[in-house]
Amino acid sequence: MQNAHSLEHLIPEAEAEFAACANVNDLENAKARYLGKSGALTEALKGLGKLSNEERPAAGAAINVVKQAVEAALKARRDAILMAEQNLQLASETLDVTLPARGQQAGGLHPVSLTLARIEKLFHSIGFDVAEGPEIESDFYNFTALNIPENHPARAMHDTFYVDTADGKLDHVLRTHTSPVQVHYMQNAMKDKSGPPLKIIAPGRVYRVDSDATHSPMFHQVEGLWVDEDVSFANLKGVVQDFLQRFFERDDLQVRFRPSFFPFTEPSAEMDMSWNGGWLEIGGCGMVHPEVFKHVGIDAEKYRGFAFGLGVERLTMLRYGVNDLRHFFNNDLRFLQQFGR
Amino acid sequence: MQFSEQWLRQYTNPSIDTDALSHLLTMAGLEVEELAGVGADFNKVVIAEIISADKHPDADRLQVLKVNVGAAEPLQVVCGASNARVGLKAPCALVGAVLPGFEIKQAKVRGVESFGMMCSETEIGLAAESAGLLELPANATVGQDIREYLGLNDKLFTLKLTPNRSDCLSIVGIAREVAALTGATLDLPKFDALSAQHQDVKKVSVADGEACARYCGRLVKGVNATAQAPEWMVRRLDRSGLRSISAVVDITNYVLLELGQPMHAFDAAKLQGDINVRWASQGETITLLNEQEVKLDKDMLVIADNSGAIAFAGVMGGQSTAVSDTSTDIFLESAFFTPDTIAGKGRRFGISTDSSYRFERGVDYGNTLQALERATALVLEICGGQAGAVTEVNGVLPKRVPTQLRMAKLNSILGITLDESLVAKLFDQLGFTYTQKAGVFEVSPPSYRFDISREEDLIEEIARLHGYDNIPAIAPIADLRMLPDAEGLVTRAVLQDVLVANGYQEVVNYSFVDESWETELLGNAKPIKLKNPIASNMSVMRSGLWGGLLDTLVYNLNRQQDRVRIFEMGASYAEAKEGFQETMRISGLAYGDVIPEQWGEAARSIDFYDVKADVDALTGGRAEYVAAQHPALHPGQTAQIIVRGRSIGWIGKLHPKWQQHYQLPKGAVLFEMDLSPLQQRSIPKYSEVAKFPPVRRDIAVVVDEAVSVDALIKTMKKAKVQFVTDIALFDVYRGKGIAEEKKSLAFYVLMQDTQKSLTDAEVDSVMASLLELIKNQHGAELR
Repeated sequence: MQNAHSLEHLIPEAEAEFAACANVNDLENAKARYLGKSGALTEALKGLGKLSNEERPAAGAAINVVKQAVEAALKARRDAILMAEQNLQLASETLDVTLPARGQQAGGLHPVSLTLARIEKLFHSIGFDVAEGPEIESDFYNFTALNIPENHPARAMHDTFYVDTADGKLDHVLRTHTSPVQVHYMQNAMKDKSGPPLKIIAPGRVYRVDSDATHSPMFHQVEGLWVDEDVSFANLKGVVQDFLQRFFERDDLQVRFRPSFFPFTEPSAEMDMSWNGGWLEIGGCGMVHPEVFKHVGIDAEKYRGFAFGLGVERLTMLRYGVNDLRHFFNNDLRFLQQFGR
Repeated sequence: MQFSEQWLRQYTNPSIDTDALSHLLTMAGLEVEELAGVGADFNKVVIAEIISADKHPDADRLQVLKVNVGAAEPLQVVCGASNARVGLKAPCALVGAVLPGFEIKQAKVRGVESFGMMCSETEIGLAAESAGLLELPANATVGQDIREYLGLNDKLFTLKLTPNRSDCLSIVGIAREVAALTGATLDLPKFDALSAQHQDVKKVSVADGEACARYCGRLVKGVNATAQAPEWMVRRLDRSGLRSISAVVDITNYVLLELGQPMHAFDAAKLQGDINVRWASQGETITLLNEQEVKLDKDMLVIADNSGAIAFAGVMGGQSTAVSDTSTDIFLESAFFTPDTIAGKGRRFGISTDSSYRFERGVDYGNTLQALERATALVLEICGGQAGAVTEVNGVLPKRVPTQLRMAKLNSILGITLDESLVAKLFDQLGFTYTQKAGVFEVSPPSYRFDISREEDLIEEIARLHGYDNIPAIAPIADLRMLPDAEGLVTRAVLQDVLVANGYQEVVNYSFVDESWETELLGNAKPIKLKNPIASNMSVMRSGLWGGLLDTLVYNLNRQQDRVRIFEMGASYAEAKEGFQETMRISGLAYGDVIPEQWGEAARSIDFYDVKADVDALTGGRAEYVAAQHPALHPGQTAQIIVRGRSIGWIGKLHPKWQQHYQLPKGAVLFEMDLSPLQQRSIPKYSEVAKFPPVRRDIAVVVDEAVSVDALIKTMKKAKVQFVTDIALFDVYRGKGIAEEKKSLAFYVLMQDTQKSLTDAEVDSVMASLLELIKNQHGAELR
């Protein structure tokens, strides 16, 4: 039986042998010679049984000291090997993180859509719903219901596109404004008793027979309408000013109302906003005309309403600094991609 | 409406400067569209008289002048104008004067000192070209600033008047408004009634006293039609944008501008019999002053004599009775035609005149006679002659019914509190008469206002005069209620974002398109046409969006873009049983490489399946695809997109013939769908998650080429074999080992029991029954 003392030499031996191992596989083989089934230390521990009860504790403890030392050396070497291997792997996997990303590149929304989305969001935040109506509109909704009778000079202001119908009647037009949506919406609300009160904005395409550097035959408007028992002209100013200040993110933005004329509102106003030291026309507005209420069956003595119409392209041009209306409909990708997200 | 500030200030002269006046008008609803000076900017030019003119010692064409400019000593000026002569009065620019483009300095001209420059119209910016010095009349005051003399310090206002304010279509009307706004004195001209200087009168009859509510006429005999309109009148006309034509015409135009009353002068010698104001007979013809021959409708009013219609009432006179240089007797007409009578009538012939423009908006019927007196006086003054008695026929004049204004309503509409006394004062300023009782005004508008017939009209007037600026902006107070928010509704923004995330750029194309895009590209034989398109390639309403997308593609390819992914969200238009139907659509086009050129992926051109993935993203994977035919698309690469059993649109590769037509180097893939089916999603509903992992088995079968993958999967799924939770294709193979006209398809099948692990026997049985199904129904053979 070997003396426990004689086992101590195994420690430097094992350390040297472990150090010579270049990888974990070699290390496992080396480990077997000391700690494996028939390794030197395992054999020594098996020999303890042959010792007397008196001798056994001391001898066992001595073997354990050596075993622990060998195990510690093994672990240290294993950690060192793994660390080196990992470092090697990491070094080999290093990328140029500045290389461009792979795959699809996002497109973008049309700037008019960006503006419409902002408008909808802002008005939604104070409870406005979004309403829509047809673009091929009957003469009645586009004009008559809005208190613009046939032959009224206000019709001449509209430069209307007419639809060529089989019977030759010019009773359908491409809507010249989004105001007819008001009429549809109020009629429906009265029919299904969902209002008033009612609050909507109506965004959409409108059409005028006009085409030059500052006019497009098709453009976008947003109509706003609030009908309730006690909304006033002062409230109209309040809402429009609030909107423009939030839209342009400018608390110091001023709004000016100028008397104007629209057959479907009274009092009527043009809205100007302060811009670069001057005033810019931004849309028309007013208190809903009693004739319009009459057409949809709302009691004009009980209810008041205000309505406004904003030019979406104009707002977009001001917001993003676009200087030519024609960009919006040329669809040059070099223009559109400037608004990508 | 364009006018001279100096003219206006003759009638009312508030102590505010030009800019303040302009702002005042704009803020009162009479928008000043343009404010311009008269002629060019210059200074230090005075009226000079040539005292002596001597030849320049060293230059044949120059003269050395001594001119009196009102200073103690005459000035010596070298001048090259051929009309420079002793006694002539002409403008002289003094040393230090700044003229358009240059400055006058003391200088030597060919060795002779010159202390100024005699001016032509060109030099002071009055004309582009001129022949010599501007010759001034002998009575011009030497030394007077030429700007003052010619009235060049005037300003030209151009108002953009709204259709309701016809009362401001005259200098007197604007003066009235300015006086109301400022409280300044209004000093309107009064015209005395002239007594008859001869006994001849024209008889006038009016057939419809509601259409022609007042008609005043007068014969003026012995006029000199070739007389010159005076300088002041020509200048005022010019500053209102009217050209001088002849004295009589100028006078009628002048009264129109001054008082807003359209006038007409007939050559009395050419009138046959009495004057009759009547409706035209259908098809009656008249040759108008502009030489246009028109066929009148029976709802058009005419002035007629025995020869027939001699004027299109309220619109334009006729040629047969026009005043000419040889006219000696004229018949002056001043009438009131009601707006409804005139509105829209001239427009049927494309005619709008200063006269019809005013009549259809409303002319002051209280001023008809005054205007005639004014015009007569001017004729007598300028052309001479003798005035006859006035023939006046009155019909049914508009009524000015008193209108109520309740203070409570006023304040509730405006959202402010106005004092009753202030309102009364504002009505006074407006010249409205009223009675007042317990917070209610009864207001009678004057004859020149055609826009005051209801309470709201009065509210607007009060708001306007009080000033919109004086109404505060107040946030509304309302009940706070949340808006409904349907979770099952996919917003348009979400769908837009899906395409944006997949590389598509949104575009906006016109709703009206080239007719061939409809008839040929989309196979729509009967597109909706516009009556008055702005261009022939924008003449029909689109029934689909591809024409615009292809156009945009070509536009961008021509600008060196080689990869284009675009989409549009917008309406398509169709005829419906009653009227028209509009459907919101989402439509896309992909062209060029699948992904932008990059280092990490090989370039590959877009194909049907790439775009199908985008369509799947939009439909949430709920779409089925059925091979179909479309005139724009490749017959072998086209599918109808079916959602919930209904066709909602198309996907396919552009037909090679169109690819050639558009000269596209590569193929394009297009899709288009109705928007609303894409917006409906069901709300997620929980079902139990199995405790055991699913079992996967794969199966590869060989089938005929004609058998669609979709059909196989449907057959297997529809059988609802127990434990099967999903079946999907993962490989398609053709080639070595597979016969011609056949293909190999590999599916994986997921199986699951919620209560226990499946046994091998159970799994084998499932696979066997699936194979059996497709073997029987589609001739599939296990590979």
